[in-house]
Amino acid sequence: MNVDETDLPGLGRRKDFMTASGRRIGVVEYREGQTELIVSAWDDPDTCQASIPLTADEAATLGNLLGGQRLIMQLAEAHREVPGIVTRQFSISAESPFQNQPMGKACIRTRSGVSIVAIMREGEVVPSPGPDVVLHPGDLLVAVGTQEGLDTAAGILRNG
Amino acid sequence: MDPLALALIELGAVVFCLGLLARLAGRIGMSPIPLYLLGGLFFGAGGLVKLEGMHEFAHLSSEIGVILLLLMLGLEYTAAELVTGLRRSWQAGVLDLVLNFLPGAGLAVMLGWGVVGAMVMGGVTYISSSGIAAKVITDLGRIGNRETPVVLSILVFEDLAMAIYLPVLTATLAGVSFLLGLQTVGISLAVVTLVLVVALRHGHHVSKAVHSENSEVFLLNLLGAALLVAGLAAAMQVSAAVGAFMLGIAISGATAHSATRVLEPLRDLFAAIFFVVFGLNTDPRSIPPVLGWALLLALVTAATKMITGFWAAKRAGIGVPGRFRAGAALIARGEFSIVIAGLAVASGVVPSNLAALATAYVLIMAIVGPLAARFVEPIVRLLRRPARRPVVPNTGPA
Repeated sequence: MNVDETDLPGLGRRKDFMTASGRRIGVVEYREGQTELIVSAWDDPDTCQASIPLTADEAATLGNLLGGQRLIMQLAEAHREVPGIVTRQFSISAESPFQNQPMGKACIRTRSGVSIVAIMREGEVVPSPGPDVVLHPGDLLVAVGTQEGLDTAAGILRNG
Repeated sequence: MDPLALALIELGAVVFCLGLLARLAGRIGMSPIPLYLLGGLFFGAGGLVKLEGMHEFAHLSSEIGVILLLLMLGLEYTAAELVTGLRRSWQAGVLDLVLNFLPGAGLAVMLGWGVVGAMVMGGVTYISSSGIAAKVITDLGRIGNRETPVVLSILVFEDLAMAIYLPVLTATLAGVSFLLGLQTVGISLAVVTLVLVVALRHGHHVSKAVHSENSEVFLLNLLGAALLVAGLAAAMQVSAAVGAFMLGIAISGATAHSATRVLEPLRDLFAAIFFVVFGLNTDPRSIPPVLGWALLLALVTAATKMITGFWAAKRAGIGVPGRFRAGAALIARGEFSIVIAGLAVASGVVPSNLAALATAYVLIMAIVGPLAARFVEPIVRLLRRPARRPVVPNTGPA
């Protein structure tokens, strides 16, 4: 992927790329540290239809959502030959009983047979997380298991 | 009345009125500079109210206003940005200089104001208002646009051109001989190069010298250094403003950002006083006779900035609407045109209608510039509507 980096003298830096559908998408990083998501207009790739200021949390969450999707697709690809095995992602909400608790406390594998293969956090991947990894609100858990097992795991993470 | 009491009352009233004007400007979404100038005209020589008590303070404050304006202009871009800007966009910068200097200079010659008048008016029409341009680009959400780096790099070039132009202007205004003038140009070129090299290699030392975690200490360091450098530069006949500008360039990195934050309120206050004082010293009755010329000059130089932006954006491979947006963003003239006219008026060697013409011109351009930037897009779209549909097939209007 070819990402264009352009200096904006006095303001900061723009990083963007052209999507296959002809829209330019990227971010503007200001010298003061703010980030803005920019999306070009559909009829004029030079102009911006939207410039959305993002806080650090929001940017990390967006990164998780997009990055998580890719990880899921890769895992789904890998498990395609194994019938009955499904990959799904769960997000840890601020209301989850397991937020700020070690993951082992939820006993997901024992109770549902589902494996948590990765955690997406602030744009980074924590691969094969152990039971003592502490879950934070906003984390995305990437889980592999059977359809029923995943439903059970979702219930555990939501209600304890 | 006690002179001190009178001075305080006058100053308070003026600053309070400026606050009201700035609020009005914010409400209708325009730059406050034209309103400050109008405020000054209203109070000033031949205006409705006479202000004598605050004269001395206002004079010194307006000098500080110029120094702070230039210091912050220097802080705005890092030395690295200036050097890359120069390397990448010098053609557009030179076109900008030629196209926009000549109308002002030509008119001054036509009006019989001589070489000095031509130097001054050329500068007034050349320099875009980086303050207004940056605000317009931000307000209209065009920072992520592709033509924005083109606009910014032209502003960067103008910034550097100012560093050469101001010493030359001061030399011309002081009436030095051609040879001495050349010497001044040589010295200022050498100084600019030296400061850039120092800022690139050793900028952190300069920054360290003024930097402090304590914002009070930092502010006093900065202001003290700026006034010292400006004063020394003035003593060496280089122009106080250039000294402050060079200091601004030499301060780099994180220090520059925090310096901008610390100095902003001071700049706003003193620059506002500077604009008012400029208006104060202009007789409002001298404006109507030059208004026709100002309008003509405005029309011509709006077109020349449009051509500059259009050409530069075209070279950068930007589509037609973007080229018009780039041109329109450059149209606004403002603070630095007034700084140049102010230097000329203070020297007393230019005719008084020059100040009137510069005032009228900046009044027009500071109002028209942001409007042009805002409305160029719908106008271009309207004109091009029947032209063609989007290029890429599988995108919807979402």
